Amino acid sequence: MTSSRDTVFASVRRALGVTSREAPRLQEVGDRIAGHPRGLVPARAQVPPAECIALFKEMVLAAAASIDHLPSANQVPAAVAAYLRGRNLPPTILRGADPRLSALPWGQEPNLDVWIGPSDGRQLAGLSHAFAGIAESGTLVMLSGPDNPSTLNLLPDHHLVVVDAADVTADYETVWGRIRARFGAGIMPRTVNWITGPSRSADIEQTLLLGAHGPRSLHVLLVGEPV
Amino acid sequence: MSVEITSPHFKANAREALADAPLQQALAKVGPGFIGKRAAAAGKLPEFEALRDSARDIKDHTLAHLDLYLERYEAKVKEAGGHVHFAVDAAEARDIITRICRSLDAKTVTKGKSMISEEIGLNDHLEAAGIEPVETDLGEYLIQIRGEAPSHIIAPAIHLNKEQVEADFRRVHTHLSPGRNLSEPTALLAEARGELRQRFLAADVGITGANFLVAETGTSIIVTNEGNGDLTQTLPKAHIVLASLEKLVPTLEDVSQLLRVLARSATGQEMSVYTTFSTGPRRPDDVDGPGEYHVVILDNGRSGMLGGQLREMLRCIRCGACMNHCPVYHAVGGHAYGWVYPGPMGAVLTPSLIGIEKAANLPNASTFCGRCEEVCPVRIPLPKLMRHWREKEFERHLTPAPQRFGLAVWGFFARRGWLYRPATRLAMGMLALAGRRKGRFASLPLAGGWTRHRDFPAPEGGTFQAQWRARKAAEADARAAKGAAR
Amino acid sequence: MTVPPSLDAALSPPRVGLFCTCLVDTIRPSVGFAAAKLLEEAGCEVEVPLQTCCGQPAFNSGDRATSRALAEQVISAFENFDYVVAPSGSCAGMIKAHYPELFTGEPDWTGRVDRFCAKVFELVSFLVDVRGVTHVDAAYPGTATYHDSCSGLRELGVKGQPRRLLASVDGLALVEMQDADTCCGFGGTFCVKYPDVSNAIVEKKAANIVASGADTLLAGDLGCLMNMAGKLQREGRAVAVRHVAEVLAGMGAEPALGMPATVEARAETARAKR
Repeated sequence: MTSSRDTVFASVRRALGVTSREAPRLQEVGDRIAGHPRGLVPARAQVPPAECIALFKEMVLAAAASIDHLPSANQVPAAVAAYLRGRNLPPTILRGADPRLSALPWGQEPNLDVWIGPSDGRQLAGLSHAFAGIAESGTLVMLSGPDNPSTLNLLPDHHLVVVDAADVTADYETVWGRIRARFGAGIMPRTVNWITGPSRSADIEQTLLLGAHGPRSLHVLLVGEPV
Repeated sequence: MSVEITSPHFKANAREALADAPLQQALAKVGPGFIGKRAAAAGKLPEFEALRDSARDIKDHTLAHLDLYLERYEAKVKEAGGHVHFAVDAAEARDIITRICRSLDAKTVTKGKSMISEEIGLNDHLEAAGIEPVETDLGEYLIQIRGEAPSHIIAPAIHLNKEQVEADFRRVHTHLSPGRNLSEPTALLAEARGELRQRFLAADVGITGANFLVAETGTSIIVTNEGNGDLTQTLPKAHIVLASLEKLVPTLEDVSQLLRVLARSATGQEMSVYTTFSTGPRRPDDVDGPGEYHVVILDNGRSGMLGGQLREMLRCIRCGACMNHCPVYHAVGGHAYGWVYPGPMGAVLTPSLIGIEKAANLPNASTFCGRCEEVCPVRIPLPKLMRHWREKEFERHLTPAPQRFGLAVWGFFARRGWLYRPATRLAMGMLALAGRRKGRFASLPLAGGWTRHRDFPAPEGGTFQAQWRARKAAEADARAAKGAAR
Repeated sequence: MTVPPSLDAALSPPRVGLFCTCLVDTIRPSVGFAAAKLLEEAGCEVEVPLQTCCGQPAFNSGDRATSRALAEQVISAFENFDYVVAPSGSCAGMIKAHYPELFTGEPDWTGRVDRFCAKVFELVSFLVDVRGVTHVDAAYPGTATYHDSCSGLRELGVKGQPRRLLASVDGLALVEMQDADTCCGFGGTFCVKYPDVSNAIVEKKAANIVASGADTLLAGDLGCLMNMAGKLQREGRAVAVRHVAEVLAGMGAEPALGMPATVEARAETARAKR
């Protein structure tokens, strides 16, 4: 009995007039996947590091997020506390187990309640550490895992994200290279989130509103200077 | 929502749409909103045109090697701990999904926006099986509670105004205080957010579509602005991806090219808020994420298109730019097209999926103005493909008889210049005489379609060719006379 | 009319086959005369071979056999000219952009069709882009707005050229309407196949024309012009509708499209044709 899989593949092969065993085609596909050519990268995304940071800030703001540039990671706890105060939120933050976040001087903010773990929807503010930032569109790259649970990206009303200036790239393609380096060729974690600004919808009379299902507010804490 | 097809009644649908004042008000916002934004986004990126070429080439290459990329993709999904199911048609896809939901004893299923799920009529089927599907894309939620079909592929509720949404929320969210103020969109959004948040957290299974499937890594990609797709795919026990087979893209770099043109073409954004790359179920040390990951790959007519003249249609990345720029869509909206896919892309795709007999109106209801092709990020020659369907119709004698007859008469005369020229002289002479006083006709026999809404200008009388020849003859006579006189 | 002298210096005048189009032929011959006048003033020798139709109605209705037959007729009648010029983006587009499709896979025809299509042009873009015309000697008192017909614009790139020449017409003020490059709803047989939808589209176009404040509507395609004139007149609007060639050729005093001929206008017409 022919399985549906066989039926579909047979249809596709028939349509293309191939057997799937033709050497030149196999070579071409193999080469493309192994070589993953970069394609056309806009000039905007081919800038040196200093301009890259400036572009990143500009694009983050254009996406309706806010951004603080901190000289070093040590200022993060204070910046988090200041953000919560500024928005009249209780001094509570939920974060992932990311060692870079764990290493921060939280003791300097004794009034700040720091919890660790995934979100169940009841937290108002979450803190993650981004894997990278992409200046081309002001995009944050978040990886799933115990360090930065994906639910933190989505459920709390306010999402604060630490990103190291050294991890900000100009284009998308560089980030894929770094993910391959970390996980191996052809391997990805369960979720990679590209986040560009806070959640929004224009489904009601084409009126753009923030805070559809994901966070209403995205605050980027950019740390340090590019290498 | 059921997949009832009303495309054969396009004319009646259109008439209804034209008389629907709230719909016309909503449609008046489509052009100004989307057209200007796309133009601005394209204008800001000098490489935009080159990126369209790149996107088209990537799609063409993938389609030409679709068998191999599908094989690779399947292997990588399995390697990551996911399952791949192939569905030949809509019925099979529905069964596979229902089976997975049953195996998990699912009571509620959240759904990210998926046009394929509309195409296969998934929601009705799940409900019949005692499983409750909850649409989480705000636009899809709005139409779900109205029992309507989407009227646009990325803005499904574009035909609604806020008064209608308020009325629906009051009707459906009966547990909330009747005295609450819902006059502003912010209040409506907040209410939807609150309602759906509970559904997200309670769902057993999450079903999303996929904008792209990446062969290199076995990854499915969803693109949203709301974040509903992410909540749908992260919180429940299982994540089911429903995608048609032409969504394949070779590598992460290739998909980055396509993402550069997708949001810009759709809404004029540089990048949508949430672009999510999902690969397999949660890993052993993850603290959140679904325990199971299933990809249902649907054929339902795509492989047929692959081998023929409609292959270029398979490049479509579902951005909606074509319908955003279409004067016909602006006039009648999406429901008039009568099925799942409206506008120019719907006019080309629908006959492939439901047959030209039922869908004949769609490729015919076009002026071929060409704006759709002008803005398509993957350069699909939409008018050419619509014309292809008109040829198929003509070959199979599906063209309405009066039209076929009229064209046959025209063709008969046009191929016989020696008949055409005297016949047109005569006809135009008579018409010119009849129309001399007013210069135009308010009504004209056999031209009811025209004169219903417009006057018809009276011909000047005498054809150009006849007058030209007369003038040339007179000039020749004058030259001859002058020559003789010397 | 200003034509760069070098073009005419050593060459004998180019022979242009005027493809008058069936609508001009039957409904408004004065457009054909205007086109011929403009071409002659640009230093061309104009001939009008026996012709009928470019085949577009058949082509867009899916009748490839008839369109193919008409294409062969057109090619045979016109291929021995230096250029083939039509006062219509729609017909010129049909020939230039689509005739090759009708002969794909036919090695006997391909080269011949390609060579033919290379010399086919819409009128105003021919004058400006090929003949180098920058200025016309015409006068037209009034405010005009120009509609960009879809085929001319998107298949042949006709946009700046008519505006450039209109700018040189004495006394003419050109105003842009909103959405000048949006379809008028004609679409050949579309307007009679889907009259209600076509009407909705032309209603919007008419509103934009009126809102522009122009007293004259111009375009390069008679089908579009008939559609828009018919709507404006049904609405009782006092906008004169003409083909752009008429104004450029100084024939702007003839009765406008859909207007009855007055005594003065008839005399003017007779004078212009001599």
